[in-house]
Amino acid sequence: MLYAILCYHDEAVIEGWTKEEDDAVLAHRVAVQERIAAQGRLGPVARLMPTTAATTLRAGPEPLVLDGPFAETKEQLLGFYVIECASLEQAIETARELKGDETGGAFEIRPLRLFRPGDAAA
Amino acid sequence: MTELAGIDAVLASARPRAVGALLRYFRDLDRAEEAFQEASLRALRNWPQNGPPRDAVAWLVMVGRNAALDAVRRDSRNRPLPPDEAISDLDDAEAGIAERIDNSHYRDDVLRLLFICCHPDLPATQQIALALRIVSGLTVKEIARAFLVSESAMEQRITRAKRLVAAADVPFEAPGAVERSERLAAVTAMVYLLFNEGYSASGGTAHIRAALCDEAIRLARILLRLFPAEPEIMGLAALCLLQHARTPARLDATGEIVLLEDQDRSLWNRETIAEGHALVEKALRHRRPGPYQLQAAIAGVHAHAARPEDTGWDEIDRLYALLERVQPSPVVTLNRAVAVAKLRGPEAGLAMIEPLAGALGGYFHFFGVKGAFLMQAGRADEARAAFDRAIALAHTPQEAAHIRLYLDRLLKDSQPA
Repeated sequence: MLYAILCYHDEAVIEGWTKEEDDAVLAHRVAVQERIAAQGRLGPVARLMPTTAATTLRAGPEPLVLDGPFAETKEQLLGFYVIECASLEQAIETARELKGDETGGAFEIRPLRLFRPGDAAA
Repeated sequence: MTELAGIDAVLASARPRAVGALLRYFRDLDRAEEAFQEASLRALRNWPQNGPPRDAVAWLVMVGRNAALDAVRRDSRNRPLPPDEAISDLDDAEAGIAERIDNSHYRDDVLRLLFICCHPDLPATQQIALALRIVSGLTVKEIARAFLVSESAMEQRITRAKRLVAAADVPFEAPGAVERSERLAAVTAMVYLLFNEGYSASGGTAHIRAALCDEAIRLARILLRLFPAEPEIMGLAALCLLQHARTPARLDATGEIVLLEDQDRSLWNRETIAEGHALVEKALRHRRPGPYQLQAAIAGVHAHAARPEDTGWDEIDRLYALLERVQPSPVVTLNRAVAVAKLRGPEAGLAMIEPLAGALGGYFHFFGVKGAFLMQAGRADEARAAFDRAIALAHTPQEAAHIRLYLDRLLKDSQPA
């Protein structure tokens, strides 16, 4: 079974970390990842850009493009895609296509800061 | 990370919202700061035992307010009680404030807190010093070090500045739309000043100055989270990020400035540049280009070029032309002329800056650029005269050194390899 482990934290706090603090947290994570990768169990790893870089496509009769992250607590995270896009415009277009005429819900479009594809077998 | 360092990071990130909310309750800056201070002390005692609260800001506001109200009551045994409305919206204190203080509340609180630092009677450096003290919570000692003055001198400046803003009477009601956008404009300008204070290498150690840039970026992100749909704030954050990305390459081993063309671009921070690009793209979708967005877009074009000769000068020329329209200024035209000279030769650049001679006759950079164009056009004697003029007009040794750098470079270029 593949598991996704989603990372949550208060980004205003993270931004206040010194570089040394940030590096220390990262170094620990990297060490653990390397161990898991050596066992062939590591899938894709991504670090997202801050929510300030996010745009949200909200479903509706006329899908709405909003600045900022997805902020509702009534809906839950159900999945995600990682897609190469030439521009934000293309990313929004792709999200629109994926949404189709499905009602409700939203796609948050967030650029990646770091991405490693990994090699865990599906 | 140690537990205390973790709590420190939480307190630092909570500070603008918590002090902003406390200021709204107490309508007195000193009291709001003391209340936050007291709440922070209690957090340091309480959180290691009980764990951090789920909503740190709400916790700090509530604890700070109660502590300050206790202090007011203690004072009142010796003095007549102040009227209720002078201390706070007391009825607020009873209700479940954690629920009621949502982001939109904080939005105007944080904006107000930043805005009172932007008092027009305060010189720019004092606006920045005040914001660093009140909003960012830097110690007077740290601020003094960044501005290369003694601690006692900085203490005096901040005290005077606080007295001035206290008398200014900024209204505590939620601002209307026009007022809000005026406040935002003043605050974004101040955040950019703070960034530039850190970015212009006019004093202090590189480490301290980088910390000012980091703080400006942090404030820009706070503003952007509170006002997520404002393209100019996206532009401000992007501009700071894109410029800051070059920091590792901006000074050589001896601490001298390295010109953009000569920088080792492999030292530029790619992640920071990518984030800047993402914000520029987001901002430009609004099709309401403003000065920060356009300057950020220009910085983005520079950041995009792997080598100086790959720079998209036509794009930079186009962006400066837009900037001239949005914010006409001889300095913008001067910068545009640099791109024009790259595209169409030094004579075209000279023709463009000719009409600026009156307006910029006392500006060292004007003569620096003019000298560079003349040198490229092979008019060495005129070039030297312009460079001499530039050095004479330089305000700081750094500015003079900057011009000498151009001189050296052009001398080097003019010699056969």
